[in-house]
Amino acid sequence: MTQINVRVDGASYSDDVEPRTLLVHYLREQLGKVGTVVGCDTSNCGACTVHLDGESVKSCTVLAVQADGSEVTTIEGVADGATLHPVQKAFHEQHGLQCGYCTPGMIMASIDLLKNNPDPSEHEIREGIEGNLCRCTGYQNIVKAVQQAAGEMSSAGAHSVETTGAQA
Amino acid sequence: MTLTEDPSTATPDAPAKEVGSARLRKEDARLITGKTTWTDNMVLPGMLYMSVLRSPIAHATISNLDVSAAKDRPNVVAVYTGQDFKDEQGSIPCAWPVTPDMVNPGHPSIAVDSVNHVGEAVAIVVARSRTAAVDAVEAIDVDYEPLPVVLDMEEAVKEGSALVHDHTESNTSYHFVFDAGEAGTGTDTDAAFDAAEVVVSRRFVQQRLIPAFMEPRSVVVGVTGDNYTLWSATQIPHILRVMAALTTGIPEHKLRVIAPDVGGGFGGKLQVNPEEILALLIARRLGKPIKWTETRSESLMTAHHGRDQVQFIDVAADREGNVKGLRVRLLADMGAYLRLITPGVPALGAFMFPGIYKFPAYRFECDGVFTNKVPTDAYRGAGRPEATFAIERIMDELAVELSMDPMELRRKNWINAEEFPFTTVAGLSYDSGDYEQATQAALELLGYDELRAEQARRRESGDPVQLGIGISTFTEMCGLAPSRVLGSLSFGAGGWEQASIRMLPTGKVEVVTGSTPHGQGHETAWSQIVADELGVPFDDVEVLHGDTAVSARGLDTYGSRSLVVGGTAVVKAAEKVVAKARKVAAHLLEASEDDLEFSGGRFSVKGTPGAGLAIQEIALAIFASHDYPEGIEPSIDAEAAFDPTNFSFPHGTHLCAMEVDTDTGFVKIRKYACVDDIGNIVNPIIVEGQMHGGLAQGISQALYEEAIYDADGNLTTGTFVDYLVPSAMDLPHFDTGNTTHAAPDNPLGAKGVGEAGCIASTPAVVNAALDAVRHLGVKDILMPMTPERVWRAIHQGGDGGARAAEGSNAYGGARTTESGIEEAAK
Repeated sequence: MTQINVRVDGASYSDDVEPRTLLVHYLREQLGKVGTVVGCDTSNCGACTVHLDGESVKSCTVLAVQADGSEVTTIEGVADGATLHPVQKAFHEQHGLQCGYCTPGMIMASIDLLKNNPDPSEHEIREGIEGNLCRCTGYQNIVKAVQQAAGEMSSAGAHSVETTGAQA
Repeated sequence: MTLTEDPSTATPDAPAKEVGSARLRKEDARLITGKTTWTDNMVLPGMLYMSVLRSPIAHATISNLDVSAAKDRPNVVAVYTGQDFKDEQGSIPCAWPVTPDMVNPGHPSIAVDSVNHVGEAVAIVVARSRTAAVDAVEAIDVDYEPLPVVLDMEEAVKEGSALVHDHTESNTSYHFVFDAGEAGTGTDTDAAFDAAEVVVSRRFVQQRLIPAFMEPRSVVVGVTGDNYTLWSATQIPHILRVMAALTTGIPEHKLRVIAPDVGGGFGGKLQVNPEEILALLIARRLGKPIKWTETRSESLMTAHHGRDQVQFIDVAADREGNVKGLRVRLLADMGAYLRLITPGVPALGAFMFPGIYKFPAYRFECDGVFTNKVPTDAYRGAGRPEATFAIERIMDELAVELSMDPMELRRKNWINAEEFPFTTVAGLSYDSGDYEQATQAALELLGYDELRAEQARRRESGDPVQLGIGISTFTEMCGLAPSRVLGSLSFGAGGWEQASIRMLPTGKVEVVTGSTPHGQGHETAWSQIVADELGVPFDDVEVLHGDTAVSARGLDTYGSRSLVVGGTAVVKAAEKVVAKARKVAAHLLEASEDDLEFSGGRFSVKGTPGAGLAIQEIALAIFASHDYPEGIEPSIDAEAAFDPTNFSFPHGTHLCAMEVDTDTGFVKIRKYACVDDIGNIVNPIIVEGQMHGGLAQGISQALYEEAIYDADGNLTTGTFVDYLVPSAMDLPHFDTGNTTHAAPDNPLGAKGVGEAGCIASTPAVVNAALDAVRHLGVKDILMPMTPERVWRAIHQGGDGGARAAEGSNAYGGARTTESGIEEAAK
């Protein structure tokens, strides 16, 4: 066992982990951060995508021990209290999800994409989320959601004021 | 675009209607924030984890199985083999004996003496943690005596073929026939072909596909005394409860099944899985809660597959292009065992091969064939994509033979709008539609004429990138299903659906549905329906589902049935609520029931402005029950079951414009346009989403996906590295539209949308590629149309020859058949 100290969604944790433990399993099984999910075993699907020190990573390709001393943000930590992140809001408003299983990873990847390219073309969005698989939507509405979020984030420069309680 | 008027528009006389409005989904709030209840999220006190050792051999007897070392591993609680459960595991149920003499070899959940496909369960470790269980599986020792492997259906049905099951006489499970002449719905097929001026015959291959839902299957069993709760990532909690009770002997009333958040299904979770049965058996034996969650590799290898047919189809016509007869012979790969509706999938398709065309004669025959592969079963469309592919492909082939425009040939033979309802040669009564209207709209949406002109220019100039336009004018049968029809097809259940509505004292409403969602948005759509029916706010409606203790009766979600059958049950329940509330309202308002009007959630007395009661006030009054009419029960809650009288028949015209690079074989969808008639639309956003997703899967069958087994029966597309689920880069933008002809057989007028895109799109894509390169001598291109196959078809003629037919490893899995190895070695 190896001791790690990691900050996840704003809280600090200190844990003993087996060195072979993947970050996603640490998040789910030891921290109960089950919003982040596992969709494959070959790092193809991206369902487990989180941010590690601000960069998007597939948490099945990172060992928990590699996150020692790092800051992790999961889907559970991107909203500001009741205020959704613009990308979350856009996925809702553009019907960018159906079953929702790929959605946490898709949102985390999209946030990272927009950080690196605030005004992506449709092609750049499709390329940017290529590492995240969705079986329900055919991606068109995901692309629209990222476009909407890009527009809102560049015009507002800050999070929208919509709240989770007023989504419908 | 839409040709439908927006029904959500409020006018002074009529309040805004929820049905038809583009409501954003209620479901999203938890899904976009990670507050989800996937089965694998579940943790119970004292829970143990199971891991399955799976056969690496496709066909073998188990000569030695030693689990002693695994039992000694730390944190291992128990290790089981087939010997431990052989007397209590029964057989995975098959609910659809399509013929009286169908051979069902039985399907053990865990192998006892022999294995019949790679991935079959051989032993199970139960341990304190997931990792301890997985580690201990490594310590199990198994010896196998290999047996001959049966993989190719056309070989498997030959006299003297090796057998998958040594206790059966052949590899044929059943021979199913539908003959329209014998059924009295058509004329004699042989006579039609004998007299025909033109006969076109083709052999098409529907490759094996994997549903590949994003959430891997997961099971948790909780134990309380002799009561069991089974959480499962399933589409069918109600059916699973019945079947698991029958299989394990746990009395049905001691078993509760819960489908919490379920991450997609596409038919792949329409199953009673071996692991569900095994988890129950182990929980019963140990008296402890059990969890099993598959890895993606396990899922691809052992969850049921879809499609996998060899189709021989003949069409007879006269020289003017009038179709005279249709003959279909199928070989349908069952895999090693019959699961829940394995044999029924091709039989369901039997009725759809005639498509939208007026064939006077039709005969269908299908052999269900055993092979040493994982069983096939439902995958989005289940029988209907196969039928649609065959008919839409051969209509193009007939058009080529007759030198006719493929749309003109279709138009000449399709059912005209004024002919609905139309009884087809397969005996179905198509409900409503207008194929011409949908086609005209689709042609405009695509920009058909311009693209045809560009196609001609490219052809004339010998452009290395050729353009083709593919057509699919399709219909499908949805809204499964009238119970009596299912009975006549020997299906083991009915096709009704149940709903109940609880009027809470605070004015809120609970709707319980027997239809169980896994991404379709039932919570939103059902809320819209109830908001209109009862005149209550959308946000005041809560939809409950997926738990057999909450939703006592139901037949779950598949076959585009939820809205058509389940939604109608909700309407019927709401009508009963209003009828019961009317009696209470009349009593409280001291008026005759006949003098009451119900509108916008309020009972008012005709001619007495201001006198009235809201339905919420009645709910509170009946909760108190201090003052209500004599002779009625103190409740306005209601329950309804709805059994449809007919299927519904969505239709549409799908057009695909495809660029084919003749130098590289690379194909690119330039534009995809479709106009679908799915009847009345409850929520246009959800409908469009369903269309997109269906299109993605149908296009992906044409271009990307294939489950490939090597010569030894190993699945070589056993990971997402090798089985190509398309990414955003692999799919085009879709241009979708609707025409609206209400379904006459249900009060919502809805026809179903879940499968339409998947059923219609595959032949449009293949027809498009062939249209681009047929002039270069190409006759056919097998699916998936990998660059290698396309290139070989262009440069080696016909369908590209043996190397193309044997499959390509361009996207992953390799067949490594003997001839392939030989040629590769040259």
